[in-house]
Amino acid sequence: MSFLVLSMIARRVGIGLVTLFIVCALVFFMSSLLPGDAAQMALGQAATPETVAALRKQLGLDEPAVLRFFIWLGNLVTGDFGISYAGGIPVYDIVMPRIPNSLMLAAAATATSVPIALVLGVVCAIYRGTRLDRTIGVVTMFVVAVPEFLVATLAVLVFAVKLHWMSALSLGADTSTVVGFFKAYGLPVLTLCCVVVAQMARMTRAALINQLDAPYVEMAVLKGLRPTRIVLRHAIPNAVGPIVNAMALSLSYLLGGVVIVETIFSYPGLASTLVDAVSNRDLPVVQFCVLFFSACYLLLLLIADICTILFNPRLRSS
Amino acid sequence: MTRLLRFPGTAGRFFLSLSLAGRIGLCISAFWIFVAIFGSWMAPYGATEFADGQVLGPLSLAYPLGTDYLGRDLLSRILYGARYSIGLALVSTLLASACGTLLALISTVVGKWFDEGLSRLVDAMLILPSKILALLMVAIYGSSLPVLILTAAVTYMPGAYRIARSQAVGLNAMEYVTVSRLNGESNLYIACRDILPNMIHPMMADFGLRFVYTVLMLSGLSFLGLGVQPPNADWGSLVRENLSGLSSGAPAVIMPAVAIATLTIGATLFIDSLAARKRQAGGE
Repeated sequence: MSFLVLSMIARRVGIGLVTLFIVCALVFFMSSLLPGDAAQMALGQAATPETVAALRKQLGLDEPAVLRFFIWLGNLVTGDFGISYAGGIPVYDIVMPRIPNSLMLAAAATATSVPIALVLGVVCAIYRGTRLDRTIGVVTMFVVAVPEFLVATLAVLVFAVKLHWMSALSLGADTSTVVGFFKAYGLPVLTLCCVVVAQMARMTRAALINQLDAPYVEMAVLKGLRPTRIVLRHAIPNAVGPIVNAMALSLSYLLGGVVIVETIFSYPGLASTLVDAVSNRDLPVVQFCVLFFSACYLLLLLIADICTILFNPRLRSS
Repeated sequence: MTRLLRFPGTAGRFFLSLSLAGRIGLCISAFWIFVAIFGSWMAPYGATEFADGQVLGPLSLAYPLGTDYLGRDLLSRILYGARYSIGLALVSTLLASACGTLLALISTVVGKWFDEGLSRLVDAMLILPSKILALLMVAIYGSSLPVLILTAAVTYMPGAYRIARSQAVGLNAMEYVTVSRLNGESNLYIACRDILPNMIHPMMADFGLRFVYTVLMLSGLSFLGLGVQPPNADWGSLVRENLSGLSSGAPAVIMPAVAIATLTIGATLFIDSLAARKRQAGGE
């Protein structure tokens, strides 16, 4: 790998870290704009000026905000995520068992949706302008415009209530057998996939069509190549960068989608923890979840960026 | 273009210039906006009026869309809810687009450190997925109606800023702006008279898309119980409160969600056909 490629990748990683730092600052200072503070909240009704002042001193809230931000950031980096307001349990103990569950759901959804979306996008691009392309275009547009909970409720209505194929709840389902796994994960994954597949297929199609309009494809057409070969051999290698970017952007819909899906199916993941924490206004948990999801998104974009660099033939040869 | 909507003749021509899907979309959007304004007068029952219907009842003559989990008329609930679902989204999208455009204009004309700083901040905000950012704001500031409007506006402002800035930077590099600058025109004049009028149209298309996203996000929040609070109800909260009817397949769960879907699909169809129309005009 050349020095140029490595330095470009290092630059991207650096920008990513700076962005992550700004996100941390945003999250911290938005929370500290709150009228009243953690001490007042923790004491609730029992708050007298003296007890609030004492607890504030104990929690270090009497320090200036900038200093507190760096202490907070330092704690985050070393794995100390603070104490939940609800029950005084460390945030670490609340979120850690949940993260694998969410990642499992996301992985299942990604593994299902990426192949389907790629095939749909490529087929649409090959048969551009035909009835097939237009039909898929309309259907994907509808799915993107529809709220996730409509897809979820319809899926429950059809598959769980009418057909009894799957269970409507993931909580406590037996996932040790293959059938049990599909019963538990089927509906959440189906719902997540709908949105992601639609978005990804549209963007893949757009990225590929962008390439198909290029002069070198016209040349290939004039040479008399079959459309399939033109797309698979000539256009796709050039469209890898945009397609990977499109995939990263669509997978970010997963992050929004899991919030709704985990809640509907009572799935014990991080997003449902986030929703519970928001309704209890349990800020330390909320802050951690928000940072975690943002970091995931940032990581996705970073991977897409690096793929774009690595797959760029002009950079590879130099 | 700005004169198009002034009198019926040109409005009619505008309507006919759209594709069939675009016309349907425009009609659906117009219908829902009409409902949002006049819905409370059209409703056969009050929003919180306890009718004598059965709980989670089916479609019937007395209750055209069935009844909800407390036996209230669902049609009336949806008609009343329209003003929250559409009104909140409209106000916050307006706020987001206006702020985004304004900040983009300022950063283009002023440039330098202001542009640099703002762009970094906006990039960071775009990293926060929209629903997650909204949840964070609701966790901190609660979910009263003004906070919800502000939340949606803050969430979608960065995207609007990005689009507006790329437009404004492009225009700023045009010769006629350079001429204005050499003429000694003020920054304010250049921003308002030279750049702004030429970026209104792309920003309006962007406004439409952003409106769709906002409707989806606000109804999602309400669906989670973190958006519009009872006794008020938008369509998302209607789905949530009737969720117990899901196992019996009650229309009360599906109808409000369908209402949201028709609104967002209608708006998307309309915007899509606007974009297609522009492509056609550009191709000729």
